[in-house]
Amino acid sequence: EALVINDPDFQHEDLNFLCRSQRYEQAVKKSSLMVKKLREHGIADPEEIYWFKSFVHRGRPEPLDLHLGMFLPTLLTQATPEQQDRFFMPAWNLEIIGTYAQTEMGHGTHLRGLETTATYDPATQEFILNSPTVTSIKWWPGGLGKTSNHAIVLAQLYTQGQCKGLHAFIVPIRQLGTHEPLPGITVGDIGPKFGYDEMDNGYLKMDNFRIPRENMLMKYAQVEPDGTYVKPLSDKLTYGTMVFIRSLIVGDSARSLSRACTIAIRYSAVRHQSELKPGEPEPQILDYQTQQYKLFPLLATAYAFHFVGAYIKSTYHRISGDINEGDLSELPELHALTAGLKAFTSWTANAGIEECRMACGGHGYSRCSGIPDIYVTFTPSCTYEGENTVMMLQTARFLVKSYTQVNSGQRVTGMVSYLNDLPRQRIQPQHVAARTVTVRINDPVSLVEAYKARAAQTVHAYSPKNLQAELNHRRSKEDAWNRTSVDLVRASEAHCHYVVVKLFTAKLSEVSNAAVRAVLTELCLLYALYGISKNTGDFLQAGILSDAQITQVNQRVKELLAIIRPNAVALVDSFDFHDTHLGSVLGRYDGNVYENMFEWAKKSPLNKTEVHESFHKHLKPMQAKL
Amino acid sequence: SVNPDIASERQTPSFSVEELTTLLDGGVEQTRIRRAVAEAIESDPVFSRENQYFQSQNERYEAAVRKGVHLQKKIREMGWTEDGPEQKYINRALAGDVAFLLQHVFMRSISVLGSDKQIAKWIPLARQYRLIGSYAQTELGHGTYLQGLETTAVFDTATQEFILNTPKISAMKWWPGDMGRSATHTVAFAQLYIHGKCYGIHPFIVQLRSLQDHSLCPGITAGDIGPKMSFEHADNGYLLLQNVRVPRENMLNKFCEVQPDGTYERRGSQKINYFTMTAVRISVISVEVVEPLMKACTIAIRYSVVRRQSKLKPGEQEAKILDYQTQQEKLLPQLAAAFAFHFIDNYLQELFNKGYREMQKKNFDMLPELHAFSSGFKALVTQHCTSGVEICLRACGGHGYSLLSGLPSLYTKILASCIYEGENTILLLQTARFLIKCFMEASTGQSVPPSVTYLAAVKPGKCPAKNKLDFLRPDIYIEAYRHTAARLVSSTATKLQDLIQSGIKKHDAWNWCTVQLAQAAKAHCHYLTVKNFAETVERLETRAGIQKIMKHLCDLFALHGIFSNAGIFLHDGYISGAQMDMVTASYLDLLPVIRKDAVPLVDAFDFTDKSLNSALGSYDGQVYQRLYEWAQKSPTNKMSPAYERYLKPLLHNTLSKL
Repeated sequence: EALVINDPDFQHEDLNFLCRSQRYEQAVKKSSLMVKKLREHGIADPEEIYWFKSFVHRGRPEPLDLHLGMFLPTLLTQATPEQQDRFFMPAWNLEIIGTYAQTEMGHGTHLRGLETTATYDPATQEFILNSPTVTSIKWWPGGLGKTSNHAIVLAQLYTQGQCKGLHAFIVPIRQLGTHEPLPGITVGDIGPKFGYDEMDNGYLKMDNFRIPRENMLMKYAQVEPDGTYVKPLSDKLTYGTMVFIRSLIVGDSARSLSRACTIAIRYSAVRHQSELKPGEPEPQILDYQTQQYKLFPLLATAYAFHFVGAYIKSTYHRISGDINEGDLSELPELHALTAGLKAFTSWTANAGIEECRMACGGHGYSRCSGIPDIYVTFTPSCTYEGENTVMMLQTARFLVKSYTQVNSGQRVTGMVSYLNDLPRQRIQPQHVAARTVTVRINDPVSLVEAYKARAAQTVHAYSPKNLQAELNHRRSKEDAWNRTSVDLVRASEAHCHYVVVKLFTAKLSEVSNAAVRAVLTELCLLYALYGISKNTGDFLQAGILSDAQITQVNQRVKELLAIIRPNAVALVDSFDFHDTHLGSVLGRYDGNVYENMFEWAKKSPLNKTEVHESFHKHLKPMQAKL
Repeated sequence: SVNPDIASERQTPSFSVEELTTLLDGGVEQTRIRRAVAEAIESDPVFSRENQYFQSQNERYEAAVRKGVHLQKKIREMGWTEDGPEQKYINRALAGDVAFLLQHVFMRSISVLGSDKQIAKWIPLARQYRLIGSYAQTELGHGTYLQGLETTAVFDTATQEFILNTPKISAMKWWPGDMGRSATHTVAFAQLYIHGKCYGIHPFIVQLRSLQDHSLCPGITAGDIGPKMSFEHADNGYLLLQNVRVPRENMLNKFCEVQPDGTYERRGSQKINYFTMTAVRISVISVEVVEPLMKACTIAIRYSVVRRQSKLKPGEQEAKILDYQTQQEKLLPQLAAAFAFHFIDNYLQELFNKGYREMQKKNFDMLPELHAFSSGFKALVTQHCTSGVEICLRACGGHGYSLLSGLPSLYTKILASCIYEGENTILLLQTARFLIKCFMEASTGQSVPPSVTYLAAVKPGKCPAKNKLDFLRPDIYIEAYRHTAARLVSSTATKLQDLIQSGIKKHDAWNWCTVQLAQAAKAHCHYLTVKNFAETVERLETRAGIQKIMKHLCDLFALHGIFSNAGIFLHDGYISGAQMDMVTASYLDLLPVIRKDAVPLVDAFDFTDKSLNSALGSYDGQVYQRLYEWAQKSPTNKMSPAYERYLKPLLHNTLSKL
């Protein structure tokens, strides 16, 4: 962090005042410098590279993201030793800059639907790549538009007249030296987006573009010179990468929400508005209950997601050891869990960032608040690496499968083990939980049980039961699944919510410092109770809590707000975001908001001249005429 | 040519699209005028928005000024008059992407707050654009709470002038539209001081810039406040006043006057003024809030029948994403909400017109109720529509994130509506204050305004529904909403009373209950929206096809509200757990029914492709072709110095040395 902040090469104008081309240029400049400095400082550990990068780009995307994050790792995992010899060192030295071109204009999360073709020609020992339709044009890959000269392209492989499914090919797209697109290649930038201004997300269209046979990544599947196809051994391994990237998104949800909370809470301590008591000065807006009710549950959520992110990361590292030894038994659950948690945390954080922005009133809407930037950078994570609704349904599929196993007498393990208890309670759902759970609303452990009961009931009552009912209506299995999917998403949400409460609670006992544990316990209680008060329907309907208890929960939430209030600023200070990283005038550590807003505004491009040229061009002629 | 995937959606609508369009417009004649205005504006290349997604803030501002100037010419050419029926369609056709929108606000505030003499002096100048007006109320440190403003205006009897000052940084005017670069004048609000005594907030006309060369007047510091989440075309400004002197006649003095000797006089009733301010909140709902949601629904639903993804059944073609229940559950409730809010907006417009007539007759009885309506509905509708637009955006997957989808700009613009004209939480609490007061009065047998008489009849009860079909009966679900709203108001009132009786000070008790108060206010407005929707559907009896589909949408709107707020309906057992399962079943059953008419329903909103300005939402469904062609026009594809300056050295020299 200090390395970057103290390095004059990385200083630059406020990006808010630059247009897209300028922001792209700045980002390329910084990325180039970054690679140079990484090598100078001898930083090679992925974790350290990640931190260095996030400070250079202040948490924003950059044009080399895909080169470093996808192109190089894919070479390492999917290329043969000969291919690594050919491509890896040039790519490491950035003579080759690559990206990863998967998504097409008409096809996203459903990979099998991709249309790009790679047809093997044994006569010349080449693959002929084609984009046969408009919908098959590669669309969105980062760094593809202007930066990269190579791409790993996913295409349907055709050999000996048969389609063999998706495979990866290394495709040169621009001439080394001139950087001009190669003949047969149409490549460019896809235009402006909500955010990601500094990234040249691109399109790629290929017309009978030929590459040598050796450019297919052949560590697993292979095409022999005569066109014979050799199948890969296992396809489960690709799960590992997906789990890893989704676990990063969970961490990113925590971080982005923490940044937004830091800004909103600090600003709410500086902003004064209206009066609480007649005759007294305007109070800090953080003293209003409605403001606390907007922000403190989000603060608690940020902490909760932080612990969830850490848990998934460590679980992944633990399991990836097993995977290397050929043990894939834990992978399905982890895969299902990360899919759901990716969706759950990114949806929650996405909405939370917007809440924070709105809680800053009008000034939150100014780009100087920094929150618009956090939002537009974060919000695509609800879509990329697996669209959230699809992710929730993957988790649901796992839940239903586990439930079916339990019903057929098998036991399940891990986070879904609560399903084991269900068959023994073959009674109406309304009565089960009421007998089994006595909820103590001041005890996190007891609240975990309440969430567990809710998850069990939701899985039991809404999903397989309705699925069965639809099947009984003589609908096809697929139709029944579709007609139950809204319920299935709810079941996954209840499951993920339970996991988050459970992991947060489990974390408390690991904290040794008593004062820290006390304040974290308050946050944990707030997180759990607020979740109940927002989903009272589920808890009431399943009979887990009574009307009177719900009233107590609502009451207790408000008491906790008042308890957390004195520590609120300290709790966001603990996130330890440097002002330059936060990029917000409202969220400055020193709280000198107004004078700095004025200084910031003076730099706006509209203010470059005292009289704007539009006056001479348009206003003056009009005034003369009318 | 039309994409066959979207053409097939239009083959068998259950109702006449044209007739629904007419219904939404309020008559055949309105539809005709609206289309004529749209045609006149959209056929004029000056108003084209095709490049707006590629433009920088400076370019957007310049384009808006150019359009603003051109619009005046257009209006005269077309012979549109100031109070003609065309006016309200002009802004719809321009999508607000034009400068000088504050001219109206400037003129209205003078008309409402100024004396006849002041009106005669300033309004013609503004009408002819001899000056460009703005409206400077909000300050850097002060927003919705007006009494907190810090700008001062001190009367100087010697020169018969007011001296305006910005005493500290938080008192700087901040945010007013058109003020950063364009405006020559503004109505500035300041604390009036005479002989050292403060008389509260008053409006003053202040000249900002020279009418000759546009340079800033002495004592004025003004500029643009910098980039925002949207409104790139608008030069929202800051204003710092240092001993700026304006003549005594520049204080708008319909309701009060400062005599030459400094005597302060009040006159007339402020109530009509108060009413006008209230009415502004309602006037923004249609164009600024409901139409963007309609546009977002149009884009997302059309795209969802063109986009195919995964398979519903093995062996079949990939399915249209609108055939997935989860996609229907995202989009169709937003569509239903767009209709619900369109109808509540009609209702409110009528109510306010009636209120206006009464108040001109000096009958102010309706004022408290109208004020509560304007606050509560502004908050409910803006919040609901904003989240609806965001849902549409996210339902379009990756392509929704492209500016070319049109959705990001709809979203970033509509979300400002949650804050301007009063921050939503504060507005809900104003409505809550009215509800609590009425509840207290009703419980002691006093008469209360018609919209809140139901509060008098709070009693425990059970929902009588016996099966899922019962929840398609408006009387059943309206009663559920009424019961829940009344329960939330009465339980909060009780709690407030208890706190006060236990010795807690009134304002502390109020702050302690605000979360529940806001919830109660929302429930009240939600109830009225459902009720009004159902009543509107009932009146449609002669138009069979339309009434049927509107009934489905009304049911969906009502049941979606219960489904997503289950807790407050279950809370006192009014709806049982088993009944909630029936609600869910009926709600989900409606989705495939409405799905069949989804495209004809959005077609009926009748937005032209130009006004949608979206690669995903065009009428012909040629999504991918349009996206590809449009992207190629992006300036990033024209020239980028990044390669020569940075990439080339990177690729060739710098690193090979390492």
